Amino acid sequence: MMKKLLIGLFALSVNVLPAMAAGPSVPLMEAGNDISDQPSLQRGAKLFMNYCLGCHQMQYQRYERTFRDIGIPTEVGQEQLIFDGSKVGSHITNSMAKDDAAKWFGAAPPDLTNVARVRGSDWIYTYLKSFYKDESRPFGVNNTLFPSVGMPHVLQELQGLPTPIVEEVEENGQKVTKVVGIETDGSGEMSVDEYDQAVRDLTNFLEYVGEPTRLESEALGIKVIGFLIILFILAFMLKKEYWRDVH
Amino acid sequence: MFGKIVDWIDDRIPMTRVWNMHIAQYPAPKNFNFWYFFGSLAMLVLVNQILTGIWLTMNYVPSAEGAFASIEYIMRDVEYGWLLRYLHSTGASAFFIVVYLHMFRGMIYGSYQKPRELLWLFGMFIFLALMAEAFMGYLLPWGQMSFWGAQVIISLFGAIPVIGDDLTLWIRGDYVISGATLNRFFALHVIALPLVIVILVFLHIVALHEVGSNNPDGIDNKRKKGTVAEEDKPKFKFHEYYTDKKDIIDAIPFHPYYTVKDIVGVVGFLILFCWVVFFMPAMGGFFLEAPNFEAANPLKTPEHIFPVWYFTPFYAILRAIPDKLMGVAAMGASIVVLALLPWIDRGSVRSVRYRCGFHKWNIAGFVVTFVLLGWVGATPQTDFKTIVSQVCTVTYFMFFVLLFVYSKNEKTKPLPERLTK
Amino acid sequence: MSNAPVDNGRRRFLTIATSVVGGVGAAGAAVPFIASWNPSERAKSAGAPVEVDISKLEPGQLIRVEWRGKPVWVVSRTPKMLEQMKAHEGQLRDPQSQEPQQLESSTNDFRSIRPEIFVAVGICTHLGCSPSFLQGGFGEKVEGTEDGFYCPCHGSKFDMAGRVFQSVPAPLNLEIPPYTFLDETTILVGEEQGVA
Repeated sequence: MMKKLLIGLFALSVNVLPAMAAGPSVPLMEAGNDISDQPSLQRGAKLFMNYCLGCHQMQYQRYERTFRDIGIPTEVGQEQLIFDGSKVGSHITNSMAKDDAAKWFGAAPPDLTNVARVRGSDWIYTYLKSFYKDESRPFGVNNTLFPSVGMPHVLQELQGLPTPIVEEVEENGQKVTKVVGIETDGSGEMSVDEYDQAVRDLTNFLEYVGEPTRLESEALGIKVIGFLIILFILAFMLKKEYWRDVH
Repeated sequence: MFGKIVDWIDDRIPMTRVWNMHIAQYPAPKNFNFWYFFGSLAMLVLVNQILTGIWLTMNYVPSAEGAFASIEYIMRDVEYGWLLRYLHSTGASAFFIVVYLHMFRGMIYGSYQKPRELLWLFGMFIFLALMAEAFMGYLLPWGQMSFWGAQVIISLFGAIPVIGDDLTLWIRGDYVISGATLNRFFALHVIALPLVIVILVFLHIVALHEVGSNNPDGIDNKRKKGTVAEEDKPKFKFHEYYTDKKDIIDAIPFHPYYTVKDIVGVVGFLILFCWVVFFMPAMGGFFLEAPNFEAANPLKTPEHIFPVWYFTPFYAILRAIPDKLMGVAAMGASIVVLALLPWIDRGSVRSVRYRCGFHKWNIAGFVVTFVLLGWVGATPQTDFKTIVSQVCTVTYFMFFVLLFVYSKNEKTKPLPERLTK
Repeated sequence: MSNAPVDNGRRRFLTIATSVVGGVGAAGAAVPFIASWNPSERAKSAGAPVEVDISKLEPGQLIRVEWRGKPVWVVSRTPKMLEQMKAHEGQLRDPQSQEPQQLESSTNDFRSIRPEIFVAVGICTHLGCSPSFLQGGFGEKVEGTEDGFYCPCHGSKFDMAGRVFQSVPAPLNLEIPPYTFLDETTILVGEEQGVA
């Protein structure tokens, strides 16, 4: 009977897992990024330094270890990816004053060191693909995933400014207009596929920074578990040997 | 040479005597099964928590300004800091997993029954201390969930009539959770409570060894002196402390038989444990909650606040009752009632193997209730889930009520004469 | 009792094998605990080489920079200072700099890469105090030598090349950190030439 109970417990716990994720209003797109893909991480780092770092910091992450982890030689990184003359050993920060930022954007731009752990990679990927033109907003843009977003569309020169697809839908018996999707206006430097890849790279970089030890951890984990399995076999044989005394 | 050193020490402290009495010549029932691994595993996790905890304090900064950054420092700048931290955070959850399974073992085999009431009570005190330890430890990373989780739990004390508000203020030492709260929780988490837990574990084992281990059959393997025939006695040597008072049957010395067996359990556990530590330390948000990767912000509440999974069954009972005081009282009662199990169960047969069929169903129902409560407490509230939690709160307490009623004149199966396999 | 006789050889082998493998595991588990005591990325970042601009350094002047949390002196020695150093060589413990208190590039009469620029870690080799620079006032400590360093803690004396005098508590000459000239007026303290 205990076995049945255990199986039941396991089945329940499996069912509980998906329920944990809080459901956002828009279905998330799959980022499909891969943190072992170093060229992608390098492109993502470049995008971050060029388009994000002006406002968002990674105040807990250092340039040097970032370069080391994603395969950029220190001198190259120092020359091409550090814009404020910081030393390679310093944190990835900017000099924007928090109060000014709050005045300009309504809220201080959050630190992005852990954003992938807080929001998840799919969320970031979807968010960066969900800006659309909305003249009623201060920066002329809105976001389907993050309504009334306070951030401008910083990647506009790459993507262009998508226009919203508006439809009338029934909600609680009332007709309301709703943005159901967006479509590209073709004014960006990149094609749709190129932009998707750029956002995937940026997401990839953010996921790496969220947990820079992920790959190291998995490489070590394989060895540790392999070792433990050998020890388990030995311990099991030892137990069997001793327990021949017990009858 | 070695023998001489041992003799020298034995003349001064009872090293060999204690070793023999409690390990090498300690009579343990020979039929321990899978469920008997979790005591030693709890000990292993305790050691892991103490060691990694000591190492984490070497770089942790207990202040509202520095705490969150110091965790990121440990995770990113300290060599293997990430591993020490994941061992500690995963260890916290593992502790509750093994302790819940250990308690469940006690329930199904009636290990709380006479003469093991005090043993059970020490265990319950360990459980309480562990909950306090885990709760205070969870504030230390100073993330959003740390802050708001602590805010909610401390507010529970506000439900106490008359002194409630003053009490919460006193616990926090400030009008909100602040650096003052963080510092006192840090002191209690790293010094006071570990000390209490270690002392209680010592007492738990002293109590265990005095009355002897229960077993899956729930029958005594220590018989009245002179009632066991010579050929039925085990061939092993046990300490006179035990054989002088009773005749022992179907027992084996703890060492080497259960030490080698527990090593198998320990290594098996470590395989699962390391798999989580190295591959999924957040465990899908159960072991490390996503909002906690954001620094505490007293002006912004996360969308959903949940305690860590090990508190959620009790938290669900709290939420099930639409009255603050009654909710807190029910939550407290749900733990107290567990401690009273030795007196609620009036039966004399211990093991579920030989008790009435209804008892099996009652326990199964209790397990389902506990898991459902945990699920409800860990997910956003809906009307349906409120009903589930209310039903489960009733069935949770029903387990004890029913047990009290049917255990008095229970129809049990005949007990075996000897321990079975 | 099992019918099969106890196989002591097998039992001993398994006991030893499990103990050895388990011991290796315990040693492996100790690695992260031990390694975490190494300097962290923060410490390494703070200990990175420091650039010193010496374009405004006057002859006879001493400037202090911090490197790895320690005071590093950069002194512009006048020809007079260089001259007087030869006079008291007989009173020094280690005039030829035979103890490894400096790298190859500074193992010479002046204990420096360029004779006029002296770079040293300003910490007394006795118990870690920082000696004072007595410019022109060193004569009362060592007769005939006008300039030198004097440790106020226990009275150790060093000449203008950081060489320790006899009959003072300090056992060794002052340490010369690795450094290199990036150009005419810039020193990089903390890295030797070619290493970067």
